[in-house]
Amino acid sequence: MNKKLILGILLLTLSAALFAQKAKWVALKNDQLHDPQSPAIHVLQQPAEALSLLPPDYTGNLVSWVDALQEHYIEPRSTLFSDTQVNTLEMDIVMGNTGEMPMVMFPHTPHTEWLDCKNCHDVIFKEKVGANPINMFAILNGEYCGRCHGAVAFPLTECNRCHSVARNVFTGKPGVQPKGFIQNRKPR
Amino acid sequence: MKNKTTHSPESLVRRIILSLSLVFFISFSAPVVAEYGDVVINKRAEKEGMRPVIFPHWFHRIRFRCKVCHNELGFKMRAGGNDITMGEITEGKYCGMCHNGEISWTIENCDLCHSGLPGLKSAIHGSNETSGPGRW
Ligand code: HEC
Ligand code: HEC
Ligand code: HEC
Ligand code: HEC
Ligand code: HEC
Ligand code: HEC
Repeated sequence: MNKKLILGILLLTLSAALFAQKAKWVALKNDQLHDPQSPAIHVLQQPAEALSLLPPDYTGNLVSWVDALQEHYIEPRSTLFSDTQVNTLEMDIVMGNTGEMPMVMFPHTPHTEWLDCKNCHDVIFKEKVGANPINMFAILNGEYCGRCHGAVAFPLTECNRCHSVARNVFTGKPGVQPKGFIQNRKPR
Repeated sequence: MKNKTTHSPESLVRRIILSLSLVFFISFSAPVVAEYGDVVINKRAEKEGMRPVIFPHWFHRIRFRCKVCHNELGFKMRAGGNDITMGEITEGKYCGMCHNGEISWTIENCDLCHSGLPGLKSAIHGSNETSGPGRW
């Protein structure tokens, strides 16, 4: 009992401390990655200089990258070579094996804006609803969604951005949803 | 139910204070401050007398979608998963596909890529809560 209580308090305080720490962008010379002695330190762009101009978020890069793209704050290139095909897909998938948690909604649109089908199919996910034995432990281990989320895309602490389909509100069936499903809701 | 190890209230308070101070120690002595998504590439660089390479995702994703590097150019999505040598970069592979004086500045700017603190391991850094593959 006591041990659990203490562990709980420990974890809570730790996350609060980390959260408070990461309230703004750190200068490169203090980021414990860049060598302050390096001649590049005054040449490289500071994260704050670029990222403070983009739509804010409270986690990850402190930037809402989906909004930054959608609202044309940034125009990242989709190809380098003229003969590369650009693939996008509008298809929302609800996943229901989430125990007590709200169900997971996977939207293809924001993903295929950034990524190609081949980045996920079939390297990370088989291209068939229900064909992937996804679970939260594997995700936390960096598999499936955790390949990107927790590394480059928004971190895994944001449960409700994936687990965004409340069980008492959702009347449909898990699997591919009718078009327009995502537009009604903003998970953030 | 009786526990084998019962604690007096005093010892509980002491434990809490101990764990709190531990938390403060940890969080103030070694905060995770690197920018989210920064990748250190240091399989060879430091052994060959250069600083470790730092690849900033945030900087590049403002200019290129993931699909450019991870599909068109074929970078594997695993920190350390690409066996990159300076020779290949000079020949125009990997970073050299863009850092060639056309899409971006040339590889003459050694320090801009080789900017890391000595001793860093190849890995993704800067995730404030999870570190992606391998951490857990
Ligand atoms: C798809 C093209 C592309 C690839 C591949 C690429 N870069 Fe870049 N990189 C760029 C562009 C464009 C810039 C910005 C150039 C400018 O500002 O003139 C840049 C800038 C940088 C900067 C400077 C950032 C700053 O603060 O100014 C670093 C460091 C860097 N790249 C490292 C790398 C490394 C390391 C690799 C390989 C692992 C790599 N890049 C691969 C396109 C690329
Ligand atoms: C970020 C990863 C990701 C990307 C990128 C991606 N998908 Fe998917 N796709 C998924 C996931 C996750 C599922 C659901 C798998 C499951 O339910 O087990 C899925 C399922 C599918 C399905 C199966 C639907 C069904 O009825 O069974 C098709 C078809 C599909 N994707 C096509 C595409 C195409 C075409 C693209 C590129 C335009 C694409 N996907 C890009 C992750 C991705
Ligand atoms: C990047 C998206 C994502 C995030 C963030 C996320 N989950 Fe999940 N979670 C999933 C997916 C996908 C599944 C599997 C659903 C399926 O197969 O039907 C899942 C499954 C689960 C399950 C079901 C049991 C299991 O082990 O699979 C639980 C419980 C769960 N998640 C809890 C959480 C909690 C708590 C958080 C926040 C700390 C969280 N999840 C964050 C995507 C996510
Ligand atoms: C190959 C990389 C990759 C994988 C795998 C991946 N994602 Fe994402 N996801 C992204 C990127 C990139 C974004 C853009 C936002 C960002 O970078 O934070 C994103 C954004 C999202 C969003 C926010 C969409 C919005 O409109 O705001 C949700 C929800 C999401 N992902 C859920 C999932 C779930 C659930 C899975 C697993 C079934 C998954 N993702 C797997 C890369 C990935
Ligand atoms: C665009 C980014 C970039 C630039 C500019 C760059 N390098 Fe590298 N360099 C790399 C990467 C990435 C590696 C692979 C690092 C590793 O795995 O340890 C590397 C590796 C090396 C190595 C390790 C041995 C080898 O052959 O792979 C040496 C030595 C090296 N670079 C020297 C230089 C010198 C000297 C310059 C300037 C003339 C330079 N680099 C410019 C990105 C760069
Ligand atoms: C300019 C090129 C470039 C762009 C654009 C880019 N990446 Fe990367 N990515 C890299 C390089 C280089 C590595 C490191 C590979 C290595 O260490 O061998 C990497 C590594 C990764 C990894 C592995 C991290 C780990 O934990 O092992 C993931 C996941 C990833 N990228 C996702 C993304 C996503 C999602 C996007 C788009 C939002 C993106 N990348 C955009 C070049 C790029």
